[in-house]
Amino acid sequence: MSFAVEFQAVSRHFGPANAPVKAVDGVDLTVPEGAFFAMLGPSGSGKTTCLRLISGFEKPTAGSIRIFGQDVSDIPPNRRNVNTVFQDYALFPHMTVRDNVAYGLMVKGVDRRLRAGKAEEMLALVKLEGYGDRKPSQLSGGQRQRVALARALVNEPRVLLLDEPLGALDLKLREAMQDELKALQARLGITFVFVTHDQGEALSMADSLAVFNNGKIAQIGTPAEVYAKPRTRFVADFVGSSNVLAPEVTRAFGGPDRWSSLRPEALRLTAPDGVALSGTVTAHRYLGAGSRVSVAVNGTEVSALVPAGHGLPATGSTVGLAFDPAALHVMEGEG
Amino acid sequence: MHSDRASFGLRAAALGGLLFLHLPILIIFLYAFTTEEKSYAFPPPGLTTEWFAVAWNRADIWPPLYLSLWVATISTLLAMILGTLVSAAMAQTRFFGREQISLLILLPIALPGVITGMSLRSAFSIMDIPFSTLTIILGHATFCIVIVYNNAVARFRRLSGGILEASADLGANSFQTFRHVFLPNLGSALLAGGMLAFALSFDEVIVTTFTAGQQSTLPIWMLQELVRPRQRPVTNVVAIVVFMATFLPILIAYYLTRNGSETAGAGK
Amino acid sequence: MTAPAVLPARGLADRLTALFWRHPRVLLSLLLAPPLLWLGVVYLGSLAALLLQSFYSIDEFSGVVKEEFTLKTYAELFRAQNLDIILRTVLMSAAVTLGCALIAFPIAYYAARFAKGRWKAVFYLGVMLPLWSSYLVKVYAWKLILAKEGIITWAADALHLSMVLNAILSIPGIGGNSLSTSWIGTFLVFVYIWLPYMILPMQAALERVPSSMLEASADLGASRAQTFRTVVFPLAMPGIIAGSIFTFSLTMGDYIIPQIVGTSARFIGLAVYQLQGTAGNIPLAAAFAVVPIVIMLVYLTVAKRMGAFDAL
Repeated sequence: MSFAVEFQAVSRHFGPANAPVKAVDGVDLTVPEGAFFAMLGPSGSGKTTCLRLISGFEKPTAGSIRIFGQDVSDIPPNRRNVNTVFQDYALFPHMTVRDNVAYGLMVKGVDRRLRAGKAEEMLALVKLEGYGDRKPSQLSGGQRQRVALARALVNEPRVLLLDEPLGALDLKLREAMQDELKALQARLGITFVFVTHDQGEALSMADSLAVFNNGKIAQIGTPAEVYAKPRTRFVADFVGSSNVLAPEVTRAFGGPDRWSSLRPEALRLTAPDGVALSGTVTAHRYLGAGSRVSVAVNGTEVSALVPAGHGLPATGSTVGLAFDPAALHVMEGEG
Repeated sequence: MHSDRASFGLRAAALGGLLFLHLPILIIFLYAFTTEEKSYAFPPPGLTTEWFAVAWNRADIWPPLYLSLWVATISTLLAMILGTLVSAAMAQTRFFGREQISLLILLPIALPGVITGMSLRSAFSIMDIPFSTLTIILGHATFCIVIVYNNAVARFRRLSGGILEASADLGANSFQTFRHVFLPNLGSALLAGGMLAFALSFDEVIVTTFTAGQQSTLPIWMLQELVRPRQRPVTNVVAIVVFMATFLPILIAYYLTRNGSETAGAGK
Repeated sequence: MTAPAVLPARGLADRLTALFWRHPRVLLSLLLAPPLLWLGVVYLGSLAALLLQSFYSIDEFSGVVKEEFTLKTYAELFRAQNLDIILRTVLMSAAVTLGCALIAFPIAYYAARFAKGRWKAVFYLGVMLPLWSSYLVKVYAWKLILAKEGIITWAADALHLSMVLNAILSIPGIGGNSLSTSWIGTFLVFVYIWLPYMILPMQAALERVPSSMLEASADLGASRAQTFRTVVFPLAMPGIIAGSIFTFSLTMGDYIIPQIVGTSARFIGLAVYQLQGTAGNIPLAAAFAVVPIVIMLVYLTVAKRMGAFDAL
């Protein structure tokens, strides 16, 4: 199986050599061809730098990067068959939408008529037929996003890089665009590498993802793996909103003397009698499809998800806690 | 008390101040039509348009006018090339010495003209360089660079920084990016800078007096007329020409850049 | 058929692009070399020449410049007549700065706080046009206005205020035969010419004062005068200092205005011009030119401590 993108021990350090800022620190990574790959992490975790290493706007201080098997250490951005949808879209303000979309073809010397036709085709693909004569400033945020997408796709890149492309859109538009991007990727078969700090977005869209923390990859896997079996406390905390249990609490919950995680939806509230675990309800939070109930157990706060329609215990009352022992995930690492 | 409305006193002082800035220039226009040529008597004893014809036929006015146009044109072109290069370099990433370079660009305009002038004069004297049109241009281009640069840098602050990267990402080489993205976006700001540089150069007198030797630019001609007046209204006609030659480029520059406030505080 | 992951290089442009990408300093150096060479050689070189000349001296008998290091020329600056010139220039610069600040404040304050929409543009252009329009034409206009037979004398007559005008002109020290030959005249023209340089930084500083802060002050029961003294003025101070750098420096270096309007007493600029020209004493002219540089360096150091550069 060939890889669209391959990082081997890649580092990108900034600043002085004796006290560098390690934006990316020894990352190994493979993105399978045709994948919808997400890089997830908080700001400053190195995910955007990784994206810029692929596009060529950053050069690795150590390690090597391959795109479809070819070492690109010596290849400037304009010769990489990789295109980017920038976070602020970076549309050319002085050009019409059509010229923006056709830009990549123009600089490659494609004939004017041909590229105008191709641009129209791309605008149709992102549902912006008839917008070709407008200037970017006359478009809404969502429309600009589509132009940026069309402008990148017109070059038929082997890899499409998306830098938080949905960050500036409002919730409803964001969800619609998520579906569209997913459908577009399935249709074109191009490898998508997608940077986001929104774990919901990463889980719902990607077929595999890498979680970044402090310039390193904390975990890499399918969304289901990462969600169900976080490798470290950081991943458990960041991906979803898991209960992270310290070793002594894990023991109280019937596990080994190690850090573990337990998803709120795996916890059921029961009557306080005849169960091994019980605690005091400290708060509720209504979430629409259910409620999150916080329960203090032996001084540790855990939350349980109660589906809508079930009765909620009063704050201050004592409840029992039950769960499938298989749901208690014991983690490998701490950090 | 309405805190959103200015008091009468403040409004009067503000508008009075603006009028103070503008009314004196109108006097120049009035005196170009006076029939009195020996003094500045007000009100003018009579009005005439003959001075425009007299000025047109005065042989001593044309060579300074040509020289001024020539010097301003060449200095502006030089300043635009050098200013564009610096702003392109500054548009790139931060680098060591960046602050020092921007100070160096600013210095010729921050220090009084008499210092720039005297410095050039000292250098010409030490190196035995005779005064010529070239020595005038050397001085003018030096203080015009900052004007072009300031306009370009202000435009850059407003532009999305990503567009140069976006161009490379889409396959453009450095030269294509320069031509298709850098220049079109900076073009009007550079042009506005060029206009202001032209106005500044056409009008400059202080540095020029140190670098011109025996030659006269139009402002030097005017200065001589001010110190030893001959036909006073003719000087006014020339003053109108000089005023228009600076006023029009300024207006054009304003319209080229009015979406931002690029010319604000540019410093002369 | 799938496209390659790496596109082939097409020609010299692509190869140069790759070079610039691999070695960003190459492009940076290429871009910076011409302007830095120009400024470094023409401008810094000249400044160095100025300093060098100021350490030379002139042979009193032959009038030839002696190219030997000496402090003699600087010592000459301390002669009474030369000290007079320096003191006079500094006093005038200070007075002009103060005058500009007083007139500029209402304009800047109104433009920053009350002018909206169209009026904002009017104020902007209203300050920018005089700033950029011809210096010499503006000076000339004032020669016409201040002349003994000019518009001010006429207006004073018409309003029966000639007594007042004469009273002002008869003030010893700053008065004179007419406005155009008095210190008052020189001062007025300086203030007029450099006023826009004070307004712009002042306005920029005032625009940074959030109006909520003024309202808060009013809410807390401060009168207008109190709000002004305790809130507006301190916040405008960096702008005033920034503006004063311009007005002070420009007045100190100017020699056209005192030549055209005012008494024939010399300022630093005029001294420099005459010494290098008719007198042919380039070393002393250079030493004189160093004086404003030194004064401005001191001024800038003080201004920097007061945070004036944030408003530039």
